[in-house]
Amino acid sequence: MTRIGLAAAGLLLFGAARLPLEEGVVQQHQRERLQRVEFNLDLREKLGQLGFIAALSGFRAAVADVLFIKAHVAWENTEWGRVLLLFRQVTTLQPRSVMFWDMAGWHMAWNASVAAMRDATQPRQALRVKAQREYFALGKDFFERGIANNPDSAQLYESLARLYKEKYNDHLRASEFYAKAAEQPGALGYNKRFAAYELSYCEGHEREAYQRLHQFYDMGPNERLPTLISRIKFLEEKLGIPPEQRIPEREGTFLKDAPGR
Amino acid sequence: MNSSSHHRAFSPARLAAITTNTLTELTRLKVFYFLLIFALILIGSSVFMAQLTFQQEFQILKDVSLGAMSIFTSLLAIVATARLIPQDIEDRTIYTILAKPVPRFEYVIGKVAGVLLLLAISTVVMTAMFLAVLYSREQTLIHEVMRQAGGAPPEQVADALRSIRTSAFNINMLPGIVVIYLKACLLAALTLFVSTFATTNIFTVVVMVVIYFIGHLQATARQYWLHEHAATWTTRIFLALVALVFPDLQTFNLVDDVVAGAGIALAIFGKTAVLGFFYTTIYTLLAVFLFYGKEL
Repeated sequence: MTRIGLAAAGLLLFGAARLPLEEGVVQQHQRERLQRVEFNLDLREKLGQLGFIAALSGFRAAVADVLFIKAHVAWENTEWGRVLLLFRQVTTLQPRSVMFWDMAGWHMAWNASVAAMRDATQPRQALRVKAQREYFALGKDFFERGIANNPDSAQLYESLARLYKEKYNDHLRASEFYAKAAEQPGALGYNKRFAAYELSYCEGHEREAYQRLHQFYDMGPNERLPTLISRIKFLEEKLGIPPEQRIPEREGTFLKDAPGR
Repeated sequence: MNSSSHHRAFSPARLAAITTNTLTELTRLKVFYFLLIFALILIGSSVFMAQLTFQQEFQILKDVSLGAMSIFTSLLAIVATARLIPQDIEDRTIYTILAKPVPRFEYVIGKVAGVLLLLAISTVVMTAMFLAVLYSREQTLIHEVMRQAGGAPPEQVADALRSIRTSAFNINMLPGIVVIYLKACLLAALTLFVSTFATTNIFTVVVMVVIYFIGHLQATARQYWLHEHAATWTTRIFLALVALVFPDLQTFNLVDDVVAGAGIALAIFGKTAVLGFFYTTIYTLLAVFLFYGKEL
Protein backbone atom coordinates (compact mmCIF):
# COMPACT_ATOMS: atom_id res chain seq x y z
CA MET A 1 0.00 0.00 0.00
CA THR A 2 2.86 2.35 0.91
CA ARG A 3 4.38 1.71 -2.48
CA ILE A 4 1.08 2.52 -4.26
CA GLY A 5 0.80 5.70 -2.17
CA LEU A 6 4.33 6.69 -3.15
CA ALA A 7 3.56 5.94 -6.81
CA ALA A 8 0.43 8.12 -6.60
CA ALA A 9 2.52 10.92 -5.08
CA GLY A 10 5.05 10.45 -7.87
CA LEU A 11 2.24 10.68 -10.42
CA LEU A 12 1.04 13.96 -8.91
CA LEU A 13 4.57 15.36 -8.81
CA PHE A 14 5.10 14.37 -12.41
CA GLY A 15 1.76 16.02 -13.24
CA ALA A 16 2.92 19.25 -11.64
CA ALA A 17 6.28 19.07 -13.42
CA ARG A 18 4.74 18.59 -16.85
CA LEU A 19 2.13 21.38 -16.48
CA PRO A 20 4.37 24.18 -17.83
CA LEU A 21 5.37 22.03 -20.80
CA GLU A 22 1.72 21.16 -21.59
CA GLU A 23 0.65 24.78 -21.24
CA GLY A 24 3.52 25.79 -23.52
CA VAL A 25 2.40 23.30 -26.16
CA VAL A 26 -1.22 24.56 -25.96
CA GLN A 27 -0.08 28.16 -26.34
CA GLN A 28 2.08 27.19 -29.30
CA HIS A 29 -0.93 25.41 -30.83
CA GLN A 30 -2.96 28.60 -30.42
CA ARG A 31 -0.21 30.68 -32.02
CA GLU A 32 0.00 28.25 -34.94
CA ARG A 33 -3.82 28.22 -35.19
CA LEU A 34 -3.96 24.47 -34.58
CA GLN A 35 -7.52 23.91 -33.53
CA ARG A 36 -8.67 22.51 -30.23
CA VAL A 37 -12.45 22.24 -30.43
CA GLU A 38 -14.39 23.72 -27.50
CA PHE A 39 -16.50 20.93 -26.09
CA ASN A 40 -19.71 22.51 -24.88
CA LEU A 41 -23.48 21.97 -24.93
CA ASP A 42 -23.80 23.76 -28.26
CA LEU A 43 -21.46 21.27 -29.93
CA ARG A 44 -23.18 18.37 -28.13
CA GLU A 45 -26.54 19.49 -29.58
CA LYS A 46 -25.05 19.92 -33.02
CA LEU A 47 -23.30 16.56 -33.14
CA GLY A 48 -25.61 14.20 -31.33
CA GLN A 49 -24.42 11.79 -28.65
CA LEU A 50 -22.35 9.41 -30.76
CA GLY A 51 -20.68 12.13 -32.78
CA PHE A 52 -19.87 14.03 -29.61
CA ILE A 53 -18.29 10.96 -28.01
CA ALA A 54 -16.30 10.26 -31.15
CA ALA A 55 -15.11 13.85 -31.28
CA LEU A 56 -14.18 13.62 -27.58
CA SER A 57 -12.07 10.56 -28.33
CA GLY A 58 -9.85 12.45 -30.70
CA PHE A 59 -11.59 11.52 -33.95
CA ARG A 60 -13.06 14.85 -34.89
CA ALA A 61 -11.59 14.70 -38.40
CA ALA A 62 -13.21 11.31 -39.04
CA VAL A 63 -16.53 12.51 -37.55
CA ALA A 64 -16.34 15.59 -39.76
CA ASP A 65 -15.85 13.33 -42.80
CA VAL A 66 -18.87 11.20 -41.93
CA LEU A 67 -20.99 14.33 -41.53
CA PHE A 68 -19.61 15.66 -44.80
CA ILE A 69 -20.69 12.48 -46.60
CA LYS A 70 -24.15 12.87 -44.99
CA ALA A 71 -24.23 16.46 -46.25
CA HIS A 72 -23.31 15.18 -49.72
CA VAL A 73 -26.27 12.77 -49.62
CA ALA A 74 -28.56 15.55 -48.33
CA TRP A 75 -27.42 17.70 -51.26
CA GLU A 76 -28.25 14.89 -53.72
CA ASN A 77 -31.73 14.79 -52.13
CA THR A 78 -31.94 18.61 -52.23
CA GLU A 79 -32.61 18.82 -48.47
CA TRP A 80 -31.14 22.31 -48.10
CA GLY A 81 -31.92 22.82 -44.41
CA ARG A 82 -30.10 19.59 -43.61
CA VAL A 83 -27.18 20.52 -45.86
CA LEU A 84 -26.81 23.79 -43.94
CA LEU A 85 -27.03 22.09 -40.53
CA LEU A 86 -24.52 19.39 -41.46
CA PHE A 87 -22.04 21.83 -42.94
CA ARG A 88 -22.23 23.94 -39.78
CA GLN A 89 -21.28 20.83 -37.80
CA VAL A 90 -18.54 19.87 -40.25
CA THR A 91 -16.94 23.31 -40.22
CA THR A 92 -17.18 23.51 -36.42
CA LEU A 93 -15.26 20.25 -36.13
CA GLN A 94 -12.71 20.94 -38.86
CA PRO A 95 -12.30 24.72 -39.19
CA ARG A 96 -8.86 24.37 -40.78
CA SER A 97 -10.22 22.44 -43.74
CA VAL A 98 -10.59 24.91 -46.60
CA MET A 99 -12.46 22.38 -48.70
CA PHE A 100 -15.33 22.12 -46.18
CA TRP A 101 -15.82 25.90 -46.01
CA ASP A 102 -15.63 26.13 -49.78
CA MET A 103 -18.16 23.35 -50.35
CA ALA A 104 -20.50 24.78 -47.70
CA GLY A 105 -20.43 28.24 -49.29
CA TRP A 106 -20.87 26.83 -52.77
CA HIS A 107 -23.87 24.71 -51.79
CA MET A 108 -25.58 27.66 -50.14
CA ALA A 109 -24.81 30.45 -52.59
CA TRP A 110 -25.09 28.49 -55.83
CA ASN A 111 -27.16 25.35 -55.35
CA ALA A 112 -29.61 26.20 -52.57
CA SER A 113 -30.15 29.74 -53.87
CA VAL A 114 -31.07 28.47 -57.34
CA ALA A 115 -33.36 25.86 -55.81
CA ALA A 116 -35.04 28.61 -53.75
CA MET A 117 -35.75 30.64 -56.90
CA ARG A 118 -37.21 27.58 -58.62
CA ASP A 119 -39.27 26.55 -55.61
CA ALA A 120 -42.62 25.54 -57.11
CA THR A 121 -44.25 25.44 -53.68
CA GLN A 122 -43.70 29.18 -53.20
CA PRO A 123 -45.94 31.12 -55.61
CA ARG A 124 -44.79 34.59 -54.48
CA GLN A 125 -41.70 35.71 -56.33
CA ALA A 126 -40.80 38.26 -53.66
CA LEU A 127 -40.46 35.48 -51.11
CA ARG A 128 -38.46 33.34 -53.51
CA VAL A 129 -36.07 36.24 -54.09
CA LYS A 130 -35.84 36.79 -50.33
CA ALA A 131 -35.00 33.12 -49.79
CA GLN A 132 -32.43 33.28 -52.55
CA ARG A 133 -30.74 36.29 -50.94
CA GLU A 134 -30.69 34.55 -47.61
CA TYR A 135 -28.82 31.67 -49.21
CA PHE A 136 -26.35 34.12 -50.80
CA ALA A 137 -25.76 35.57 -47.34
CA LEU A 138 -25.28 32.09 -45.86
CA GLY A 139 -22.74 31.28 -48.57
CA LYS A 140 -20.92 34.56 -47.94
CA ASP A 141 -20.90 33.83 -44.21
CA PHE A 142 -19.26 30.42 -44.79
CA PHE A 143 -16.58 31.95 -47.01
CA GLU A 144 -15.89 34.80 -44.58
CA ARG A 145 -15.66 32.53 -41.55
CA GLY A 146 -13.52 30.15 -43.57
CA ILE A 147 -11.14 33.01 -44.35
CA ALA A 148 -11.10 34.05 -40.68
CA ASN A 149 -9.97 30.50 -39.81
CA ASN A 150 -7.64 30.15 -42.82
CA PRO A 151 -6.39 33.63 -43.66
CA ASP A 152 -3.86 32.38 -46.20
CA SER A 153 -6.32 30.40 -48.32
CA ALA A 154 -6.32 31.55 -51.94
CA GLN A 155 -9.21 29.18 -52.68
CA LEU A 156 -11.61 30.84 -50.21
CA TYR A 157 -10.74 34.38 -51.33
CA GLU A 158 -11.32 33.25 -54.90
CA SER A 159 -14.71 31.74 -54.03
CA LEU A 160 -15.75 34.91 -52.20
CA ALA A 161 -14.69 36.96 -55.21
CA ARG A 162 -16.76 34.71 -57.49
CA LEU A 163 -19.75 35.12 -55.18
CA TYR A 164 -19.52 38.92 -55.36
CA LYS A 165 -19.09 38.75 -59.12
CA GLU A 166 -21.80 36.25 -60.02
CA LYS A 167 -24.39 36.67 -57.27
CA TYR A 168 -24.10 40.25 -56.03
CA ASN A 169 -22.76 41.80 -59.25
CA ASP A 170 -20.37 43.74 -57.04
CA HIS A 171 -17.33 43.90 -59.31
CA LEU A 172 -15.31 46.13 -57.01
CA ARG A 173 -15.47 43.67 -54.09
CA ALA A 174 -14.89 40.82 -56.57
CA SER A 175 -11.75 42.54 -57.84
CA GLU A 176 -10.58 43.17 -54.28
CA PHE A 177 -10.95 39.50 -53.28
CA TYR A 178 -9.40 38.16 -56.51
CA ALA A 179 -6.44 40.44 -55.76
CA LYS A 180 -6.26 39.08 -52.20
CA ALA A 181 -6.46 35.52 -53.55
CA ALA A 182 -3.53 36.29 -55.87
CA GLU A 183 -1.44 37.42 -52.88
CA GLN A 184 -1.84 34.13 -51.02
CA PRO A 185 0.68 31.28 -51.22
CA GLY A 186 -0.15 28.69 -53.86
CA ALA A 187 -2.63 30.98 -55.65
CA LEU A 188 -3.49 30.00 -59.20
CA GLY A 189 -2.12 32.26 -61.90
CA TYR A 190 -5.41 33.61 -63.20
CA ASN A 191 -6.49 35.36 -59.97
CA LYS A 192 -4.39 38.45 -60.61
CA ARG A 193 -5.78 38.73 -64.13
CA PHE A 194 -9.36 38.24 -62.91
CA ALA A 195 -8.85 41.05 -60.39
CA ALA A 196 -8.01 43.38 -63.29
CA TYR A 197 -10.94 42.12 -65.40
CA GLU A 198 -13.38 42.79 -62.56
CA LEU A 199 -11.95 46.24 -61.95
CA SER A 200 -12.58 47.09 -65.60
CA TYR A 201 -16.34 46.87 -64.93
CA CYS A 202 -16.23 49.40 -62.07
CA GLU A 203 -17.29 52.99 -62.67
CA GLY A 204 -14.53 55.37 -61.62
CA HIS A 205 -11.77 52.75 -61.72
CA GLU A 206 -11.32 52.58 -65.49
CA ARG A 207 -7.91 54.24 -65.58
CA GLU A 208 -6.45 51.92 -62.93
CA ALA A 209 -8.02 48.86 -64.62
CA TYR A 210 -6.63 49.94 -68.00
CA GLN A 211 -3.10 50.23 -66.58
CA ARG A 212 -3.32 46.84 -64.90
CA LEU A 213 -4.71 45.14 -68.01
CA HIS A 214 -2.01 46.76 -70.11
CA GLN A 215 0.65 45.32 -67.83
CA PHE A 216 -0.61 41.83 -68.71
CA TYR A 217 -0.74 42.74 -72.39
CA ASP A 218 2.87 43.96 -72.25
CA MET A 219 4.00 40.63 -70.78
CA GLY A 220 3.79 39.05 -74.22
CA PRO A 221 1.55 37.06 -76.58
CA ASN A 222 0.90 34.29 -74.02
CA GLU A 223 -0.95 36.73 -71.79
CA ARG A 224 -3.04 38.27 -74.60
CA LEU A 225 -6.14 36.20 -73.96
CA PRO A 226 -9.53 36.99 -75.57
CA THR A 227 -11.09 38.57 -72.46
CA LEU A 228 -7.99 40.67 -71.83
CA ILE A 229 -8.07 42.08 -75.37
CA SER A 230 -11.81 42.72 -75.23
CA ARG A 231 -11.59 44.54 -71.87
CA ILE A 232 -8.66 46.68 -73.08
CA LYS A 233 -10.58 47.58 -76.23
CA PHE A 234 -13.64 48.45 -74.16
CA LEU A 235 -11.60 50.72 -71.87
CA GLU A 236 -9.73 52.33 -74.77
CA GLU A 237 -13.10 53.45 -76.10
CA LYS A 238 -14.39 54.54 -72.74
CA LEU A 239 -11.26 56.44 -71.74
CA GLY A 240 -10.75 57.92 -75.21
CA ILE A 241 -7.21 56.61 -75.55
CA PRO A 242 -5.47 58.21 -78.60
CA PRO A 243 -5.33 55.82 -81.59
CA GLU A 244 -1.52 55.64 -81.58
CA GLN A 245 -1.53 54.38 -77.98
CA ARG A 246 -4.17 51.72 -78.57
CA ILE A 247 -3.34 48.05 -79.04
CA PRO A 248 -3.35 46.90 -82.69
CA GLU A 249 -6.82 46.71 -84.19
CA ARG A 250 -6.08 43.24 -85.63
CA GLU A 251 -6.07 41.71 -82.14
CA GLY A 252 -9.30 43.54 -81.37
CA THR A 253 -11.10 42.38 -84.54
CA PHE A 254 -9.81 38.87 -84.11
CA LEU A 255 -11.51 38.79 -80.73
CA LYS A 256 -14.40 41.12 -81.28
CA ASP A 257 -16.93 38.49 -80.23
CA ALA A 258 -15.14 37.65 -77.01
CA PRO A 259 -17.29 37.55 -73.86
CA GLY A 260 -17.69 40.84 -72.03
CA ARG A 261 -17.26 42.86 -75.18
CA MET B 1 35.52 -17.95 -9.44
CA ASN B 2 32.06 -17.22 -8.08
CA SER B 3 29.41 -17.14 -10.82
CA SER B 4 27.72 -14.13 -9.15
CA SER B 5 30.83 -12.02 -9.80
CA HIS B 6 30.02 -12.24 -13.54
CA HIS B 7 26.56 -10.88 -12.94
CA ARG B 8 26.07 -7.29 -13.99
CA ALA B 9 23.36 -5.01 -12.61
CA PHE B 10 22.33 -4.06 -16.12
CA SER B 11 22.87 -6.08 -19.25
CA PRO B 12 21.81 -4.86 -22.71
CA ALA B 13 21.96 -8.49 -23.92
CA ARG B 14 19.43 -9.61 -21.30
CA LEU B 15 17.23 -6.63 -22.10
CA ALA B 16 17.44 -7.43 -25.82
CA ALA B 17 16.52 -11.07 -25.09
CA ILE B 18 13.38 -10.05 -23.14
CA THR B 19 12.45 -7.46 -25.80
CA THR B 20 12.84 -9.96 -28.65
CA ASN B 21 10.97 -12.60 -26.73
CA THR B 22 8.07 -10.20 -26.01
CA LEU B 23 7.92 -9.21 -29.68
CA THR B 24 7.94 -12.85 -30.82
CA GLU B 25 5.27 -13.74 -28.28
CA LEU B 26 3.01 -10.91 -29.47
CA THR B 27 3.62 -11.76 -33.12
CA ARG B 28 2.57 -15.35 -32.44
CA LEU B 29 -0.74 -14.00 -31.17
CA LYS B 30 -1.36 -12.90 -34.77
CA VAL B 31 -1.82 -9.27 -33.76
CA PHE B 32 -0.63 -8.24 -37.22
CA TYR B 33 -3.96 -9.42 -38.62
CA PHE B 34 -5.31 -5.99 -37.80
CA LEU B 35 -3.13 -4.72 -40.65
CA LEU B 36 -5.43 -6.60 -43.02
CA ILE B 37 -8.39 -4.68 -41.62
CA PHE B 38 -6.41 -1.47 -42.08
CA ALA B 39 -5.73 -2.41 -45.71
CA LEU B 40 -9.42 -3.12 -46.28
CA ILE B 41 -10.38 0.25 -44.80
CA LEU B 42 -7.84 1.95 -47.06
CA ILE B 43 -8.94 0.22 -50.24
CA GLY B 44 -12.63 0.47 -49.33
CA SER B 45 -12.52 4.19 -48.64
CA SER B 46 -10.41 4.77 -51.73
CA VAL B 47 -12.95 3.00 -53.98
CA PHE B 48 -15.96 4.61 -52.31
CA MET B 49 -14.50 8.12 -52.48
CA ALA B 50 -13.82 7.85 -56.21
CA GLN B 51 -17.23 9.46 -56.80
CA LEU B 52 -16.15 12.67 -55.02
CA THR B 53 -13.85 15.38 -56.36
CA PHE B 54 -10.15 14.69 -55.92
CA GLN B 55 -9.71 17.20 -53.07
CA GLN B 56 -12.60 15.61 -51.18
CA GLU B 57 -11.33 12.14 -51.99
CA PHE B 58 -7.79 12.83 -50.77
CA GLN B 59 -8.95 14.60 -47.62
CA ILE B 60 -11.31 11.78 -46.64
CA LEU B 61 -8.77 9.11 -47.55
CA LYS B 62 -6.18 10.82 -45.34
CA ASP B 63 -8.62 11.41 -42.47
CA VAL B 64 -9.86 7.83 -42.52
CA SER B 65 -6.38 6.32 -42.86
CA LEU B 66 -4.72 8.45 -40.18
CA GLY B 67 -7.75 8.06 -37.89
CA ALA B 68 -7.60 4.28 -38.35
CA MET B 69 -3.85 4.36 -37.75
CA SER B 70 -4.40 6.28 -34.52
CA ILE B 71 -7.13 3.95 -33.21
CA PHE B 72 -5.29 0.77 -34.22
CA THR B 73 -1.99 1.77 -32.63
CA SER B 74 -3.78 2.95 -29.46
CA LEU B 75 -5.81 -0.27 -29.22
CA LEU B 76 -2.79 -2.41 -29.94
CA ALA B 77 -0.78 -0.57 -27.29
CA ILE B 78 -3.47 -1.07 -24.64
CA VAL B 79 -4.52 -4.64 -25.45
CA ALA B 80 -1.03 -6.00 -26.09
CA THR B 81 0.47 -4.43 -22.97
CA ALA B 82 -2.43 -5.25 -20.65
CA ARG B 83 -1.86 -8.99 -21.05
CA LEU B 84 1.94 -9.04 -20.70
CA ILE B 85 2.42 -9.38 -16.93
CA PRO B 86 -0.84 -11.29 -16.11
CA GLN B 87 -0.10 -13.77 -18.92
CA ASP B 88 3.46 -14.35 -17.70
CA ILE B 89 2.12 -14.92 -14.19
CA GLU B 90 -0.56 -17.31 -15.49
CA ASP B 91 1.95 -19.24 -17.64
CA ARG B 92 4.43 -19.07 -14.71
CA THR B 93 7.17 -17.91 -17.12
CA ILE B 94 7.72 -14.85 -14.94
CA TYR B 95 9.03 -17.12 -12.16
CA THR B 96 11.45 -18.79 -14.55
CA ILE B 97 12.76 -15.43 -15.68
CA LEU B 98 12.98 -13.76 -12.28
CA ALA B 99 14.52 -16.84 -10.71
CA LYS B 100 17.51 -16.17 -12.93
CA PRO B 101 19.69 -13.17 -12.13
CA VAL B 102 17.41 -10.78 -14.04
CA PRO B 103 16.58 -7.57 -12.18
CA ARG B 104 12.92 -6.67 -12.16
CA PHE B 105 13.53 -3.34 -13.90
CA GLU B 106 15.14 -5.16 -16.81
CA TYR B 107 12.11 -7.41 -17.05
CA VAL B 108 9.66 -4.44 -17.12
CA ILE B 109 11.76 -2.33 -19.50
CA GLY B 110 12.30 -5.33 -21.77
CA LYS B 111 8.56 -5.97 -21.87
CA VAL B 112 7.71 -2.37 -22.67
CA ALA B 113 10.48 -2.20 -25.28
CA GLY B 114 8.99 -5.27 -26.98
CA VAL B 115 5.60 -3.56 -27.24
CA LEU B 116 7.18 -0.32 -28.50
CA LEU B 117 9.00 -2.30 -31.17
CA LEU B 118 5.75 -3.99 -32.18
CA LEU B 119 4.06 -0.58 -32.36
CA ALA B 120 6.94 0.82 -34.44
CA ILE B 121 6.71 -2.06 -36.94
CA SER B 122 2.92 -1.67 -37.17
CA THR B 123 3.15 2.09 -37.67
CA VAL B 124 5.79 1.73 -40.39
CA VAL B 125 3.77 -0.93 -42.24
CA MET B 126 0.54 1.10 -42.00
CA THR B 127 2.35 4.24 -43.18
CA ALA B 128 3.81 2.37 -46.14
CA MET B 129 0.40 0.97 -47.09
CA PHE B 130 -1.22 4.39 -46.73
CA LEU B 131 1.43 6.15 -48.80
CA ALA B 132 1.20 3.46 -51.48
CA VAL B 133 -2.58 3.92 -51.83
CA LEU B 134 -2.20 7.71 -51.82
CA TYR B 135 0.53 7.57 -54.46
CA SER B 136 -1.47 5.18 -56.60
CA ARG B 137 -4.58 7.45 -56.51
CA GLU B 138 -2.40 10.50 -57.24
CA GLN B 139 -0.82 8.82 -60.27
CA THR B 140 -4.23 7.68 -61.58
CA LEU B 141 -5.56 11.24 -61.36
CA ILE B 142 -2.44 12.71 -62.96
CA HIS B 143 -2.78 10.31 -65.89
CA GLU B 144 -6.45 11.23 -66.25
CA VAL B 145 -5.62 14.95 -66.28
CA MET B 146 -2.82 14.44 -68.83
CA ARG B 147 -5.16 12.41 -71.03
CA GLN B 148 -7.93 15.02 -70.87
CA ALA B 149 -5.59 18.02 -71.12
CA GLY B 150 -5.26 17.68 -74.91
CA GLY B 151 -4.77 21.19 -76.25
CA ALA B 152 -5.06 23.00 -72.91
CA PRO B 153 -2.43 25.70 -72.25
CA PRO B 154 0.62 24.34 -70.39
CA GLU B 155 0.03 26.83 -67.54
CA GLN B 156 -3.43 25.38 -66.88
CA VAL B 157 -2.17 21.80 -67.00
CA ALA B 158 0.65 22.70 -64.60
CA ASP B 159 -1.85 24.34 -62.22
CA ALA B 160 -4.09 21.25 -62.31
CA LEU B 161 -1.17 18.90 -61.64
CA ARG B 162 0.12 21.11 -58.82
CA SER B 163 -3.35 21.13 -57.31
CA ILE B 164 -3.51 17.31 -57.36
CA ARG B 165 -0.03 16.93 -55.89
CA THR B 166 -0.64 19.38 -53.05
CA SER B 167 -3.98 17.69 -52.24
CA ALA B 168 -2.39 14.23 -52.15
CA PHE B 169 0.86 14.17 -50.20
CA ASN B 170 1.72 16.65 -47.51
CA ILE B 171 5.14 16.39 -45.87
CA ASN B 172 3.58 17.43 -42.54
CA MET B 173 1.83 14.07 -42.41
CA LEU B 174 5.10 12.38 -41.45
CA PRO B 175 5.64 14.27 -38.14
CA GLY B 176 1.89 13.75 -37.57
CA ILE B 177 2.38 9.98 -37.90
CA VAL B 178 5.40 10.08 -35.56
CA VAL B 179 3.17 11.82 -33.00
CA ILE B 180 0.56 9.02 -33.42
CA TYR B 181 3.33 6.56 -32.57
CA LEU B 182 4.38 8.60 -29.53
CA LYS B 183 0.79 8.60 -28.29
CA ALA B 184 0.71 4.80 -28.61
CA CYS B 185 4.03 4.55 -26.70
CA LEU B 186 2.59 6.69 -23.91
CA LEU B 187 -0.51 4.48 -23.74
CA ALA B 188 1.62 1.32 -23.67
CA ALA B 189 3.73 2.61 -20.76
CA LEU B 190 0.64 3.77 -18.89
CA THR B 191 -1.05 0.40 -19.45
CA LEU B 192 2.00 -1.37 -18.07
CA PHE B 193 1.88 0.91 -15.02
CA VAL B 194 -1.82 0.10 -14.46
CA SER B 195 -1.23 -3.61 -15.00
CA THR B 196 1.38 -3.71 -12.20
CA PHE B 197 -1.36 -3.18 -9.60
CA ALA B 198 -4.38 -4.48 -11.53
CA THR B 199 -5.75 -7.88 -10.63
CA THR B 200 -7.08 -8.85 -14.05
CA ASN B 201 -6.51 -8.18 -17.69
CA ILE B 202 -10.03 -6.84 -18.18
CA PHE B 203 -9.63 -4.37 -15.32
CA THR B 204 -6.53 -2.93 -17.00
CA VAL B 205 -8.23 -2.60 -20.38
CA VAL B 206 -11.35 -0.97 -18.88
CA VAL B 207 -9.27 1.48 -16.82
CA MET B 208 -7.24 2.35 -19.92
CA VAL B 209 -10.36 2.99 -22.01
CA VAL B 210 -11.59 5.38 -19.30
CA ILE B 211 -8.17 7.06 -19.18
CA TYR B 212 -8.25 7.34 -22.99
CA PHE B 213 -11.51 9.32 -22.87
CA ILE B 214 -10.53 11.45 -19.88
CA GLY B 215 -7.12 12.08 -21.44
CA HIS B 216 -8.78 13.78 -24.39
CA LEU B 217 -10.59 16.10 -21.96
CA GLN B 218 -7.64 16.70 -19.65
CA ALA B 219 -6.74 19.94 -21.44
CA THR B 220 -10.24 21.31 -20.85
CA ALA B 221 -10.02 20.43 -17.13
CA ARG B 222 -6.56 21.98 -16.89
CA GLN B 223 -7.78 25.11 -18.64
CA TYR B 224 -10.67 25.53 -16.17
CA TRP B 225 -8.45 24.78 -13.20
CA LEU B 226 -5.70 27.21 -14.15
CA HIS B 227 -7.59 30.01 -15.85
CA GLU B 228 -11.20 30.02 -14.57
CA HIS B 229 -11.53 31.29 -11.02
CA ALA B 230 -15.31 31.14 -10.66
CA ALA B 231 -15.47 27.44 -9.74
CA THR B 232 -15.92 26.24 -6.14
CA TRP B 233 -12.90 24.81 -4.33
CA THR B 234 -14.24 21.24 -4.54
CA THR B 235 -14.56 21.63 -8.30
CA ARG B 236 -11.09 23.11 -8.47
CA ILE B 237 -9.61 20.19 -6.52
CA PHE B 238 -11.35 17.73 -8.81
CA LEU B 239 -10.12 19.57 -11.91
CA ALA B 240 -6.59 19.75 -10.48
CA LEU B 241 -6.59 15.99 -9.89
CA VAL B 242 -7.75 15.32 -13.45
CA ALA B 243 -5.10 17.69 -14.81
CA LEU B 244 -2.29 16.24 -12.70
CA VAL B 245 -3.10 12.54 -12.90
CA PHE B 246 -4.21 12.07 -16.50
CA PRO B 247 -2.11 12.65 -19.62
CA ASP B 248 -3.13 15.29 -22.16
CA LEU B 249 -3.88 13.07 -25.15
CA GLN B 250 -5.38 15.91 -27.19
CA THR B 251 -1.86 17.29 -27.65
CA PHE B 252 -1.02 14.22 -29.74
CA ASN B 253 -3.88 14.71 -32.23
CA LEU B 254 -1.97 16.82 -34.71
CA VAL B 255 -3.02 14.86 -37.79
CA ASP B 256 -6.56 16.33 -37.75
CA ASP B 257 -5.11 19.71 -38.59
CA VAL B 258 -2.36 18.35 -40.82
CA VAL B 259 -4.91 16.68 -43.10
CA ALA B 260 -6.85 19.94 -43.20
CA GLY B 261 -3.71 21.60 -44.58
CA ALA B 262 -2.09 23.09 -41.48
CA GLY B 263 1.68 22.84 -41.13
CA ILE B 264 3.44 21.56 -38.03
CA ALA B 265 6.15 23.93 -36.84
CA LEU B 266 9.37 22.25 -35.77
CA ALA B 267 8.97 23.76 -32.28
CA ILE B 268 5.53 22.15 -31.85
CA PHE B 269 6.77 18.80 -33.10
CA GLY B 270 9.81 19.00 -30.83
CA LYS B 271 7.81 19.92 -27.72
CA THR B 272 5.22 17.21 -28.43
CA ALA B 273 7.96 14.63 -28.94
CA VAL B 274 9.64 15.68 -25.66
CA LEU B 275 6.29 15.45 -23.89
CA GLY B 276 5.66 11.97 -25.34
CA PHE B 277 9.13 10.78 -24.33
CA PHE B 278 8.70 12.32 -20.88
CA TYR B 279 5.32 10.59 -20.34
CA THR B 280 6.56 7.20 -21.57
CA THR B 281 9.70 7.32 -19.40
CA ILE B 282 7.91 8.40 -16.22
CA TYR B 283 5.09 5.85 -16.57
CA THR B 284 7.65 3.10 -17.22
CA LEU B 285 9.67 4.14 -14.13
CA LEU B 286 6.50 4.16 -12.02
CA ALA B 287 5.64 0.69 -13.38
CA VAL B 288 9.15 -0.51 -12.40
CA PHE B 289 8.73 1.01 -8.94
CA LEU B 290 5.40 -0.76 -8.37
CA PHE B 291 6.64 -4.01 -9.89
CA TYR B 292 9.45 -4.16 -7.32
CA GLY B 293 6.81 -4.26 -4.58
CA LYS B 294 4.63 -6.83 -6.31
CA GLU B 295 4.38 -10.14 -4.51
CA LEU B 296 4.96 -12.97 -6.94
